[in-house]
Amino acid sequence: MDILMPQLGETVTEGTVSLWVKAVGDTVQPGDPLFEIETDKSSMEIPATCAGVLTDIRVQKGVVVAVGTVVAIITETATAGQRDSLPSAAPLPAAGAIIAPATAVGVQRQLDPHQAVVTPREHYGPGRRADGVAITPLARRLASLAGVDLGQLKGTGPKGRITARDVAATNAKPSARPAFASGAAASDIVALYADVPHDVLPLDGMRKAIARRLLESKQTIPHFYLTVPVFLDALNTLREDANAALSERAAGQKLSVTDLIIKALAVALQQVPEANVIWAEDRILQLRRADIGIAVAIEGGLVTPVIRDVGSKSVTTVSAELKALANRARGRKLQPAEYQGGSIAISNLGMFGIQEFSAIINPPQSAILAVGAAQRVAVETDTGGVRFASQMTVTLSCDHRAIDGAVGARLLAAFKSAIEHPLRLFVQF
Amino acid sequence: MAELTYRDAVARGIAQEMARDPDVVLIGEDIAKAGGVFKATVGLYEQFGPRRVRDTPISEQAILGAAMGAAMTGLKPIAEIMFADFAAVCWDYFANEFPKSRYMTNGQVKTPLVVRLGNGGGARFGAQHSQSVENWCMMIPGLKVVVPSSPVDVIGLMAAAVRDPDPVIFLEHKSLYATKGEVPDGEIVDTLGTAKILRHGKDATILALALMVPRALEAANRLHAEHGIDCEVIDVRSLVPLDTQTILASVARTHRVFTVEENPRLCGWGAELMSIIADEAFYDLDGPLVRITTPHIPLPAADVLEDLVIPSSARIVETVLRTLSN
Repeated sequence: MDILMPQLGETVTEGTVSLWVKAVGDTVQPGDPLFEIETDKSSMEIPATCAGVLTDIRVQKGVVVAVGTVVAIITETATAGQRDSLPSAAPLPAAGAIIAPATAVGVQRQLDPHQAVVTPREHYGPGRRADGVAITPLARRLASLAGVDLGQLKGTGPKGRITARDVAATNAKPSARPAFASGAAASDIVALYADVPHDVLPLDGMRKAIARRLLESKQTIPHFYLTVPVFLDALNTLREDANAALSERAAGQKLSVTDLIIKALAVALQQVPEANVIWAEDRILQLRRADIGIAVAIEGGLVTPVIRDVGSKSVTTVSAELKALANRARGRKLQPAEYQGGSIAISNLGMFGIQEFSAIINPPQSAILAVGAAQRVAVETDTGGVRFASQMTVTLSCDHRAIDGAVGARLLAAFKSAIEHPLRLFVQF
Repeated sequence: MAELTYRDAVARGIAQEMARDPDVVLIGEDIAKAGGVFKATVGLYEQFGPRRVRDTPISEQAILGAAMGAAMTGLKPIAEIMFADFAAVCWDYFANEFPKSRYMTNGQVKTPLVVRLGNGGGARFGAQHSQSVENWCMMIPGLKVVVPSSPVDVIGLMAAAVRDPDPVIFLEHKSLYATKGEVPDGEIVDTLGTAKILRHGKDATILALALMVPRALEAANRLHAEHGIDCEVIDVRSLVPLDTQTILASVARTHRVFTVEENPRLCGWGAELMSIIADEAFYDLDGPLVRITTPHIPLPAADVLEDLVIPSSARIVETVLRTLSN
C-alpha cells in the first residue's frame, strides 16, 4: 500500500515529514503512528491504515513534497485464511470426478465483499458486422490480436454468429489491414510506423470533427456527381465594371468571383427549389431561402460558415458578409450559429490551379459545389471559327436520397446560366 | 477419514467451535434435547449442557433478538431459524440490526453471530417452507452469506463463520441433510469468500450452489459421457464475500458460462455474478450468459410440479446442449 502525503487543509499543496516514528522493517498495525508532518498551517501525526511491514521510506525527514506524493510503502500482510487443515479436495455426495480447487492453497485472496468491478479498458471493435452478422466478444478480441479480417469470415455459430472457433480456423495470420477499417486499433497503426522517423501531431477538436463528420458523410450519404463547364467572360466583364463603379464609392471593396458564384448558386436554387432540400431521415425539408455554406481553409483545417438568405441579399452585401465570416473563421471566432445549417456549400480550389474536383457533402446539407480554376480554352464560334474563352469546371456532389440526377442537372444548368448571363445576379426577382 | 452425512457435519462443525471457544452458544427451536427438527444438532445438548445449548419459544424475533444481544455483549451465538422462509418474520434483524450495528457505532458494537437456516426445496414442504432465500440475504450490505453443499464444507465454513467478526447467514440445504461425503479427521477450518472448482472442463463453466451443485456435477458427467462436452463445475459456496477471481479465471478458460440457481429467477445470485462476468470478462465471452433457475413462481407442494420447476440435471444438460449447439 502506498502511503501518500496527506492534504492538511484545502489550500495546502505540500508538506514536510518532520519525524519518522517507524523505521523500515517495522511491523505496523492500523492506527499505529507512522510519521509526523508539518505544513505551513499545522502539524500532525499520520497513522497507518493497514497492517503490514514498512518496506520503504521514500521521503526522508525534512524534505518538502507535494500533497499526494508517495512517502512510504507498507507491504500488507495476510489477515485471513487459516486453510492449514483444509483438504485440497472435498468429496461430494453425487459427484463423479472430484478435482482439487485450481486456486492454489495458500495464495492470499481479497475477501472484501464490496470489490470494485473492473471494466475492460481495451476494446476490440463492433459486435455486429455491417451485414448484420454478430461477432462474439471473444472472437472480436482474438481477431483483433491476430489481425484477422472479420469482414471475410463466415460465422458457424448459432444464427451465423462468428465465434472464437471461426477466428481460430483462419490460423490467425496477421493481415496488413486488420479487422474493420474503422476497427483497426490505433496501436496497430502506430506499431506499423514505429521504425519510421516521424512526428506525432495530436488531434485538436476541429481535426476530430472533420474526421468524424466527413467519414460519416462518405459512409452514409449516397453521393453522385455532375460536372459542367461554365464560361466566365460575361461575368468577368460585368465584375470589372462593377468593381470600377464600387471603387469610386467604396474604396477597397471589390467583388470576387467567389462572391458572384455564391449569388449565382442562390439564383439557381430559387429557380430549382426541389434542389434546396435537406434529408431528415424520415422526411425531406425543402427550404424557402438559400443558405449557402462556404468552405474556408484555415490554419489546421477548414470551416464552412453559412451566409443566410443569399437570394434576398445584394452581391455587395454577400461579399461583405463573406469577408467578415472568413476573417472570423481564420481567427477561430465563429459561433456555432454561423456554421450550422444551410442546404448546400461551395468549395473553391480554383486559386490553387485545381482544374476540377469532387467535394464531400457536409452533412446535414444535401449538396456541395466544387469550383475549379478559370482557364483559357479554345471554343468553336457560331460561324465555325475558333475563339478563346475563359472557362471553369464545376462539379456538384448531390445526396441521392434527397436530390435525383435530373434535379441536380437542372440546378447546375440554372447555375451555369446565371454565371453566363450575370446581369440577373444584380437584379432582384 | 470418515463418511459423514451433511446433517451430522452440521453438529460436528458446531461442536468443533463450541469445544474450541467457550463463548460459542447455540439457540433455537427444539435444537437442544430434541436435536433439531432436522436432527442437525443431535448430541450438542448432551455434550455442552443446557447453559450453552438452549431451546427457545416459537418466536423467530425472540431468537434473533437474544442472539444479537448476546453477540453485542461478548458471546458468539449460533442461532437456528428452522425454515429459511421464516427469515421474513424477523427481517428487521437481518436488514437493519445485524448488518448495521458495527457501522453505525463506528465499530464500538460488533455482532459476531451466525444464523443457520434450513433453506431450499425438494422436500414437498410447499410454498412457505421450501424457498431458497440466499438472494434475499446477499442484497444487504453488512451481511455475509455462506451456502455449503457438502459435509466437509459445512464443517469448514461453519468454523469460518463462527470465527468471523461479522454476522454470517449460514444456509443449510434441507434436501442435502441426508447426503454423505468423506470428511477428514481433526479440526477443519475453511475460508469465507472462496469458491471451489469441483470438476475441471474446457468447454463451459457451470456455477452452482447448494443442492444445485450435485445436479450440476451429474449434468457435467452426462454431458461429457454422452455428448463430449467438457464442463467446469464451480461450487460458489460463499455469495458474500464472493470469489470473483476463481470464477473469472474459469470463464477466461472456458469462455461460456451457466448458472444453476434454485432461487426464483428475478434478482437471483446468478444475475449478480453474470453482471460481473459480463463486465470484467466481456472479451473472454464466446456466447450468451445463460441462467438456469426456478421460474419466478411460488414453489408448488405437489411432488411432480416441484420436481419440474427446480432445475434438474436433465434441464442443465438440455440447456447447455441447446446453448452450445452448432
